[in-house]
Amino acid sequence: MIATGLKVRSLSPIERFIKPVSTETDNGSNSPSDIRDVIIVGSGPAGYTAAVYTARANLSPLLIASSVTAGGELMNTTDVENYPGFPEGVMGPDLMENFEKQAARFGTEILFEDVTSVDLSGDVKAVTVGTGETFRARAVIISTGSAYRELGLEDEKRLSGHGVSWCATCDGFFFKDQDIAVIGGGDSAMEEALFLTKFARSVTVVHRRDSLRASRIMQDRALAHEKIRFEWNAEVAAIHGTDKVTGLTLASTVDDSSRELAVTGVFVAIGNDPRIDLVKDQLKLTGEGTIAVLGRTSKTSLPGVFAAGDVIDPTYRQAITASGSGCVAAIDVEHYLADLGDTVQTAAEVPTPVAEQVSETASV
Amino acid sequence: MSDAKEVTDSSFEADVLNASKPVMVDFWAEWCGPCRKLSPILDDIALEHADKIDVVKLNVDDNPATAAKYGITSIPAVYVFRDGEVAATSIGAKPKQVLEQEFAQFL
Repeated sequence: MIATGLKVRSLSPIERFIKPVSTETDNGSNSPSDIRDVIIVGSGPAGYTAAVYTARANLSPLLIASSVTAGGELMNTTDVENYPGFPEGVMGPDLMENFEKQAARFGTEILFEDVTSVDLSGDVKAVTVGTGETFRARAVIISTGSAYRELGLEDEKRLSGHGVSWCATCDGFFFKDQDIAVIGGGDSAMEEALFLTKFARSVTVVHRRDSLRASRIMQDRALAHEKIRFEWNAEVAAIHGTDKVTGLTLASTVDDSSRELAVTGVFVAIGNDPRIDLVKDQLKLTGEGTIAVLGRTSKTSLPGVFAAGDVIDPTYRQAITASGSGCVAAIDVEHYLADLGDTVQTAAEVPTPVAEQVSETASV
Repeated sequence: MSDAKEVTDSSFEADVLNASKPVMVDFWAEWCGPCRKLSPILDDIALEHADKIDVVKLNVDDNPATAAKYGITSIPAVYVFRDGEVAATSIGAKPKQVLEQEFAQFL
């Protein structure tokens, strides 16, 4: 059956490479030819790397990229200076465009839709997208990444788009010569603060502790910048403004004091949470809310279901670690499919090596 | 990257405020990654609902007066104007199905 899932919209040059996707509908036939080797959910560094590796293993992956967050977190960044291979640095969106091209080059089918539900329990997994179409595969790689964390304040949603922002590269432009605040103490917060100095009159970094979590180089740059000030040991208690942000109330994290900060923009960079809504009732999770995997592998609590990238990683969460993790998942998928042997139709050829047991039980 | 008609600070009144049917305005800029994801979705909506609504785009870099007038501080921002007034807004890049729900009364 020929899918109608590809959007009736003008295709980007990359999308033009996409071939029609064969699918089956919910009530359609269940012939073996409709069952793919692997579906990848997510299109950040983990998803695209998994696509490159599975495509090169002839597994003809279908990568479901999402409609508006395709490319993942790096789409909202500017200079990426720590992805090896780019000595001069690379723009986040350019890097992701290259990932996409590389995945497409080896025959990955890329679908710009949002996955709305998954059924991961059986031998054949089902993945349903926003149009209602369902795709089936023997293996699925979940690489849905993470979503930015909200402050959880009443006025945050109301003033979102009216001074409260999560994307400095999108919105910094609107705060020319204004005083703004960046909430957070990690690398993302420092990157946003430094980027925003291009526009703002002043940037105040509000951080709950008295020292930063950010990498040394980002700390040094931010601390040395003449436009950047710091409010240490402070958290946002309230955001003020009717039509537009006019200021913040900051509460001390060490005593009962509070103070007002007059700013017209607030950029929130307090971290991310793994995007597990699709799978949280089907897969085991860790205490940190990430998908639990076996040792250094990508194997989840269900056979045939693999996970990679920030969605399994509460600690490292870098583009390069996500990418490496996507590679692991792709190789695990190939082993898993080859082990199914002659009972199913698969292009996978390399079975699980004995050494993989060490990766499963990795410990000192 | 998008088929939508460009409106400007100087054409905004004629193209949007005085339009006979509702107009959906996509406030965008070249440097906004999420904007690039959203514009083909708005093209889709424009095609499918051409009888009910016009979809246009306004480059905030080139047309700061209009962006400032409507207090735009985040893009992509989608505003629907009816009879010269803002009738609905949606901030951020969202999937087509979500936008169609948010703007259902105009489609």
